[in-house]
Amino acid sequence: MNLRLVRGRTADVLFYAGIAAVVALLLKEALTNPGHWSLFFQLAVDGVTLGSVYALIAIGYSMVYGILKLLNFAHGDVYMVGAFIGYGILTLFGGAANWTIPVWLLVALMFGASMLGSGFLGVVIERFAYRPLRDAPRLAPLISALGVSFFLQNSALLLLGAQFRAYPFGLIGQGGVSIRTVFISATRIFVIAGAVVLMIVLTVFVRRSRLGKAMRATSYDREAAMMMGIDADRVIASTFFIGSALAGAAGVMFGLVFTEIFHFMGFTAGLKGFTAAVVGGIGSIPGAMLGGLLIGLGEAYATGYVSSTYQDLIVFSILIFVILVRPSGLLGTAAVQKV
Amino acid sequence: MEHGGEISPVPATPGDAAHTRIGVDDWVAEAEERQRGRGPLVRTVAAIPRPIQIVVFIAVLSLLPFVFSEGNLFRYGLFTLIYALLALGLNVSVGFAGLLDLGFIAFYGFGAYAYAILASPKYGIHWQAEIAIPVVMVGAAFLGLLLGLPSRRLLGDYLAIVTLFFGQAFVVFVNAANPKGLTGGANGIANVDPLNFFGFKLTTTRHYYWFTLIAFLLVIGALYFISESRTGRAWRSLREDPLAAEVMGMPVNRLKIMAFMFGAAIAGLTGTIFAANQTGVFPGDFDISILITIYAVMILGGLGSLIGMFIGAAVINVSYELLSGSNPNPSLGRWLFYLALITVVIARIRPWIRVAVVLAGTVAFGFAVHAIVHALEPSATSGAVTNGGSLSGVMSHWTVIPAHSGASAKYAYVGLVAAVLVLTLIKGWWRAIALIPVLYLASFVWENLLSEQPAVTRLIVFGAMLIALMAARPQGLLGTSRVEIA
Repeated sequence: MNLRLVRGRTADVLFYAGIAAVVALLLKEALTNPGHWSLFFQLAVDGVTLGSVYALIAIGYSMVYGILKLLNFAHGDVYMVGAFIGYGILTLFGGAANWTIPVWLLVALMFGASMLGSGFLGVVIERFAYRPLRDAPRLAPLISALGVSFFLQNSALLLLGAQFRAYPFGLIGQGGVSIRTVFISATRIFVIAGAVVLMIVLTVFVRRSRLGKAMRATSYDREAAMMMGIDADRVIASTFFIGSALAGAAGVMFGLVFTEIFHFMGFTAGLKGFTAAVVGGIGSIPGAMLGGLLIGLGEAYATGYVSSTYQDLIVFSILIFVILVRPSGLLGTAAVQKV
Repeated sequence: MEHGGEISPVPATPGDAAHTRIGVDDWVAEAEERQRGRGPLVRTVAAIPRPIQIVVFIAVLSLLPFVFSEGNLFRYGLFTLIYALLALGLNVSVGFAGLLDLGFIAFYGFGAYAYAILASPKYGIHWQAEIAIPVVMVGAAFLGLLLGLPSRRLLGDYLAIVTLFFGQAFVVFVNAANPKGLTGGANGIANVDPLNFFGFKLTTTRHYYWFTLIAFLLVIGALYFISESRTGRAWRSLREDPLAAEVMGMPVNRLKIMAFMFGAAIAGLTGTIFAANQTGVFPGDFDISILITIYAVMILGGLGSLIGMFIGAAVINVSYELLSGSNPNPSLGRWLFYLALITVVIARIRPWIRVAVVLAGTVAFGFAVHAIVHALEPSATSGAVTNGGSLSGVMSHWTVIPAHSGASAKYAYVGLVAAVLVLTLIKGWWRAIALIPVLYLASFVWENLLSEQPAVTRLIVFGAMLIALMAARPQGLLGTSRVEIA
């Protein structure tokens, strides 16, 4: 997991120039048509909110990939389970309208339970589905991950049914901030701030703590780390716990902002989260954040200016574009294959 | 050296039986050792000469239509072949070349949609099958080329995600995007023509079955020769070690793209048959669940094996159909479930005394629990057996089936999953003893929850099967296990 933000090479300069060009085009679009100003910024707010959720998912993907070189397809479904745990806490304390405890406590409980539950689920998945395959050919854990994803999705369908469940609208508060014509609801502010706090905590944790150091060492070279006395299994389990807990938090955040959750939500969110991780440079934590933000913004503008039908196709094109011009992602280091 | 602890003995003479024979290195010796480790059934079949095997196989398959009714032939026969064909196509990229292609269903869907557009009243085009099929296959191969071009630089996992996204994008494209009404959106394309060869129309399921069988035999034959050819060997070396293959001077990029194109063409052919037989195409036919099904077929059959794809398809499709809600005889699903449980117990538990203890213990345990629950709360055992059939009498006296199971069955399901996970951690007699209540719990969950929702159950079973197979036997039923030399 590398933590550098800028690498300063010609290719990077070119790439950022490309992104700047796109931003300039969008700005021009907004400027030439003053009525579009508010739409432009409103979409930016949407995009940043969505991007925070994607970024949290992407971090989990990226951490697990960094440490195990495993694409954890089940990650999106852990996020779905997290959203449902939050919903479960909500119904436990009085349902959609008249909850029995203060709102701040309710929200704290939702996040706490969801993060703990998802984290635990992540650890269980790692222990039973991936650990036995630690030394198997690369294809085996990928297929296992596919199986876990499918198992979780359909178990949720079996236990919870196919219908949408709704978080109450405006649980955090109905108000918000208006800057001229752009309205930012309290929920969105809360979600963006929450995501930022979680990311800062994570970055500090990975940089400063002993466990964080062990994680970086393990992701760099597992065997060497084990020889230095690092318990790799424990470090991997902790990585899964942290990544999955972040996904659980993302699930609750999604519920708070977009209100509707259902058993299949993890599939597309997982795809977007992974795309964000790849765009940012897989294995890089700041890259995952940046990637999440870009995908969120891309999707919001695609919905606003083109059509919501095409949002997935547009995100897909972003992925293909990034992979073609910069296979290692925005902040990733080019993989040097060791023989 | 004297203080060095264990010193390996000086190798004996080269002719020594304990020593590796000359010309047979560790790798080959280990592979042969594994061949000997196979079960009695596999060895018996392997002893029959290959030509006889092939003749019997073809004869049995081509005579099936005379045994099955049209409905059963469609359900068990035709779809087994369709899955087998798809698995063969997927096997080229995943099994031979080691490229994890998760967008494979898009090629299948492309084949189906392309045929539907070329032969339906939608645009008033009615192409003959002998022209349409080659065109569709070439088109699908071209699509494979398009996907392969950006993907050839990608390492395994990136490829997986790009292809998965591609598959997803295909569904979005035909369903929601539907440019200029080309694909009919959510309504799909209806009234697709039946396959029409030089004026001879395939109309009955039997016709389709035979045609699919011919296609299957042609594809499997072609793949056999390809896999033994220069290209096939190059693919396998690419799978085992792409870097070494490249260093050996193999055109890695071209090989990857070729694998994609071959797989895509086979999928396109299968899609054509599917569309013509169903006389329509709909976006829902090409979603992620069919991808998982094909993966289950391929993994079960064994990566890289050809005939394994057929066996995998037969097992998966027949169990899939038996568990289907639309099956006219739903109690078959129950038979399948209990037989599968007993098979797993017999296959995985040794010595035999433990098998006997587990089976007898489970039966006794069931009657005891039923009696106790009945004495405590009669309503808890008064529920009716869903889709009873011939087993319902026994089950209603053995499994606790409450009149309204409510949430208890759902908690039991979660408990069952947890219990199975714990079972994998314990060993020996403890595992055998712990298995007894778990088996009973499985029966409780089946009777009260799973048998009511067969469509979801089968997908859960496939997911669990992928995980279990990867942990227990990653090479599948017929795949050759990879030999690793440290």
